[in-house]
Amino acid sequence: MEKATEKWASKVNELIIGATQKEGGTRNSLIKVGGATTLPFLHFEGVIPNPPVIAMEVWDMEPPDWPAVLKEPFGEVLGDPVEWAKKCINEYGANFLCLRLASTHPDTKNNSPEEAAATVKKVLEVVSVPLMIIGCNQAEKDTEVIPAVSEAARGDNCLVGIAVEANYKTITAACQSDGHSIIAESPIDINLAKQLNILISDMGFSPEKIIMHPATGALGYGLEYTYSIMERSRLAALQGDKMMSMPMVNFVGQEAWRAKEAKASEQEIPEWGPIASRGPLWEVTTAVSYLQAGADILVMCHPKAIDSVKKVIEELMKKE
Amino acid sequence: MALTGLEIYKHLPKTNCKKCGFPTCLAFAMALAGKKTSLDKCPDITEEAKIALESASQPPMATVTIGKGENQVEIGGETVLFRHEKTFYHPCAIGITLSDSLEKEKILERIEKVNKLKFERIGIPLQVNLIAISDDSNNQDKFCDAVKTATEKSNLPLILISNNPQALEAGLKICAERKPLIYSAKEDNQETMVGLAKKYSCPLVIYGKNLEELDSLSQKVVASGIKDVVLDPGTRNLGGSVQDFTQLRRLALKRGYRPFGYPVITFVNGSDLYQEVSMAATYIAKYANIVVLDRIEPEEILPLITLRQNIYTDPQKPIMVEPKLYEVGTPNENSPLLVTTNFSLTFFTVQPEIEASKVPSYLLIVEAEGLSVLTAWAAEKFTPEGIAEAMNKAEVEKKLSHKKIIIPGYVAVMKAKLEDESGWEVLVGPKEGSGIPKYLKGTWQ
Repeated sequence: MEKATEKWASKVNELIIGATQKEGGTRNSLIKVGGATTLPFLHFEGVIPNPPVIAMEVWDMEPPDWPAVLKEPFGEVLGDPVEWAKKCINEYGANFLCLRLASTHPDTKNNSPEEAAATVKKVLEVVSVPLMIIGCNQAEKDTEVIPAVSEAARGDNCLVGIAVEANYKTITAACQSDGHSIIAESPIDINLAKQLNILISDMGFSPEKIIMHPATGALGYGLEYTYSIMERSRLAALQGDKMMSMPMVNFVGQEAWRAKEAKASEQEIPEWGPIASRGPLWEVTTAVSYLQAGADILVMCHPKAIDSVKKVIEELMKKE
Repeated sequence: MALTGLEIYKHLPKTNCKKCGFPTCLAFAMALAGKKTSLDKCPDITEEAKIALESASQPPMATVTIGKGENQVEIGGETVLFRHEKTFYHPCAIGITLSDSLEKEKILERIEKVNKLKFERIGIPLQVNLIAISDDSNNQDKFCDAVKTATEKSNLPLILISNNPQALEAGLKICAERKPLIYSAKEDNQETMVGLAKKYSCPLVIYGKNLEELDSLSQKVVASGIKDVVLDPGTRNLGGSVQDFTQLRRLALKRGYRPFGYPVITFVNGSDLYQEVSMAATYIAKYANIVVLDRIEPEEILPLITLRQNIYTDPQKPIMVEPKLYEVGTPNENSPLLVTTNFSLTFFTVQPEIEASKVPSYLLIVEAEGLSVLTAWAAEKFTPEGIAEAMNKAEVEKKLSHKKIIIPGYVAVMKAKLEDESGWEVLVGPKEGSGIPKYLKGTWQ
């Protein structure tokens, strides 16, 4: 019996997030993602130089829709991005943070780009891990906010987003001039994903500094669509499509914690069992599914879920 | 794996004797490839060629049935490695362990709990599929008691797990007509186990402590004429299992390797509940056909059953809801009217959000071939004409005193056209379902 190994023509791009003093930044560590020459965790036929990483979410305001079970581990620091970031690192062992500038959304506080930039500066001052920085996911407002925060983080080689078709020009230009990597998001469509990668690259931005977000579906809420788009994207990368060779990110926490199954109390639906583990399990199951589809970065929320998925990644990285 | 005419021709005698009714061996081969005739029409076919051709005409992975009747499960029969290539056919069966060394009451309690592991998602009932009774007591009577209790108290098919052929046979005598899965034929007992599987005509698991051992055992068992086989490659750690299951699936499907052309079973044994659920989820995604676990709490099983539904949904057939006017809460003539497509996921995202807003509303679901809003609009399946027609059909003007309809934010561009078509005022709602409560409570008022 011989092994059934595939010979892949190419590999996933490898990308570094963060910059230490040596690279002209202020971080104490770097995050490396991508570089795989095979499908997820198939060590028998290729090299997976970097395990998938988890970025822990930090908001610049108290999240209005988080259920109690998700707020509980953070307690008082919700609403204070600096303390929140410190807690993630010191208490929950985070080595990569995703700073979400939710307060800039017109429906929340409609905070100004300057306020957002000040938050980014403060967080960069007190924590030394690499940062992912995202706006409020409203394309128009993000075109105002992202250039300001990008500049505030200049030189620290952050992962900045989220660029969509409607605003990629502004966000790409900002990332280009301040030396960041970019998140390019498309609505669960492999052709649109590729098109956006091409559009961003055509502006002179290095394709090697793009991370794709195929739009994330929560478990039970469209996961299978994203899952298949990601499998197809990863196959395309390995088959040599340079405009699909970018590492992929999933906003797992954001989506999983919107699901009824993660939020509804046990009084509401007793037959679903206690919310204390049901919520984190929803996030964990969403995350481990995307690991199998090729996720390189998982953005997550609940410390218990993050801890569990870290262990899963360790196990999957063992060669036998 | 289907062979081409030319591949079949290589195995034929090439005498062109015409006894098969075809003018030449090549013509016969072509007819065989098209499944228009059968191999036994050739009187001179060698035994060797017959074996080669018969195995080639089998599906690359056998479908195995466990249990009988309403709750029987079919596993295997898969034809692709990735769901987007076609679809996965037979959802991974989820089994729950039942140790025979538990107290009688605990056994009853556990079976009762397993029976209750039933959920409904997007209108589809979902449940666990198997009870795996293990002979941990090393006591044949206790094993038989557990089998008997499970048979009486649950309709789920069983897996009988024991290293002791006598205990297994005693268990089979109790429940053989329900076609349990026998676990398992190993290096040291395969002849006895094959004997049991044959005698009671039940499916049999082959256990190898690695792929090599599984390979040689499978060849022996299959040669003995048993067809209902399930493979256990023995790997129990996460990383090794993903790789072994991938090997098994690839060898079966892409190489047509017969000894591995069967569904795969695995047992999950993690350090805590999060690890166990993670392992089971990973195996559901990557190539297990049966996952057996100790966990029976609903919060542990619900995500797994949901993931299985997601992964095994046919990507070519979107799940749809009936296009009609739905009432959310008890709307009256002043209530808002929202419209969206009949894609189930859209419906099941939008409907709970309206519910959460506590603003009683009408939700008009328009036939759009089960596509989501943006996709349907791009494919011209969700059009102003279609919406106007659905409004007429649902007689919305009779239900409402106002003439306002709320469309999804993603299709804001159709506002003017829909106003022309319907004569109604068109309001542009939020892009995402999550924006609905705020919209209904704020903007709508």
